Amino acid sequence: MKGININKEILDHYLVPKHIILNEKEKNELLQKLNISEQQLPKISINDPIVKLIGAKEGDVIKIIRKSHTAGESIYYRLVVKI
Amino acid sequence: MNLEEAKEILPPKLYNQLKTEISNLSLSESQKEKIIEEVIKAYKSSLVEPGEAIGVIAAQSISEPATQLTMRTYHVAGSVQVQVTLGLPRLIEIFDARREPSTPSMKIYLKKSYDTKEKAAEISRLIKEIRIKDIADEVIIDLVNNAVEININNSLMKHYDLTINKIVKKLEELLPKFKISNKENKIVIKSDSEEIDIKELQKLRTKVIDLYISGIKNIKQVIVSQENDRWVLNTVGSNLKDILNVNGIDISSIKTNNIHEIYEVLGIEAARNAIIEEASSTMRDQGLDVDIRYIMLVADMMTVDGDIKPIGRYGVAGAKGSVLARANFEETIKHLTHAAVVADEDRLESVVENVMINQIVPVGTGMFELLYKPKKKEKA
Repeated sequence: MKGININKEILDHYLVPKHIILNEKEKNELLQKLNISEQQLPKISINDPIVKLIGAKEGDVIKIIRKSHTAGESIYYRLVVKI
Repeated sequence: MNLEEAKEILPPKLYNQLKTEISNLSLSESQKEKIIEEVIKAYKSSLVEPGEAIGVIAAQSISEPATQLTMRTYHVAGSVQVQVTLGLPRLIEIFDARREPSTPSMKIYLKKSYDTKEKAAEISRLIKEIRIKDIADEVIIDLVNNAVEININNSLMKHYDLTINKIVKKLEELLPKFKISNKENKIVIKSDSEEIDIKELQKLRTKVIDLYISGIKNIKQVIVSQENDRWVLNTVGSNLKDILNVNGIDISSIKTNNIHEIYEVLGIEAARNAIIEEASSTMRDQGLDVDIRYIMLVADMMTVDGDIKPIGRYGVAGAKGSVLARANFEETIKHLTHAAVVADEDRLESVVENVMINQIVPVGTGMFELLYKPKKKEKA
């Protein structure tokens, strides 16, 4: 694929926060802690460039560590879906 | 309570502040604990209460100052280089999630090793979109030979680092049905077949004038300037995807005001951050002080489903679960008939539909029910 090297550099872009794929155990713990089903989580498209780069699959939950103006750092979760 | 426990409760920024403040003071352990407890108490009391209608508050907090904006949008006098949409029109553009901003622009910084005036000028020439009209003195129709002639301006061509041969090659690619020849700084385009009338020649001329030769598409103008000891390329027009392939550009700090482009190239989270940054800077530039939390809430609502949804009937408001709530907002008949056709159901879970049927609204204390379990009296 063209431009793969450059694609990696977008992870360093100042607008892109850190994305981490949760493993099965972490995912279940999270859903239990929040007491929700995975469909209730915010979504992220499987075609999202960052999702492609970190190699997440449909049904994975991605933990996003945002830089926040108010809290310094805040954590957000998104479920990978087909849109 | 000690610092470790406080770390679990407080957000990182507050925690770090507390930690440094405490270490600066010489306090006894019990005093420290008291301070930590007070901070946690103050933090908890400043949190939004469950059931608070934050959406309405955010809507008011943004739109009240925005009404002021209509009346006094500042115009930048003297037009510093580039015209950019500001004020309320720009704000509407952001929240409507328009595909193309009315004045797309980019801000490109350079890598350290490229951060010189010469390199900046070189890159600016490299990325500017060049069409025939940018390098030609004139494009004329030669009626005698049934051909279109381009008179290339030599100095312009050198300025953009092009040669006649390059242009001819490009033209051959773009116009496969025509014979292209050149002498000195003239390019002649002739039809393969002999018969071509004036009308077609005129059409061909218009087409040739606008042919794309080199550079990056949509970058209509590049202005080089210096900001805080760094060279910056301000562009008119935006094309994030192709700019990323240019050598010497600092990818980590590149900016564009086209949010859909950011979504496509950098993903949904970057798009959310871009919405927040663009909206708050637009308001700040106009002298309005809206708390960033409201804008963050709106940006979160726009991006929660993984793509950018506008605020309005095609986006956030149109995605509401309740039929009555949608019908109440806009296009009443459309929603009601559709609901009737597919036998839709309204669970009456949200605010608007409960107002309509005169029930308690699930907001504030109306959101919760009280369950009282009396203790069994112990038998004496």
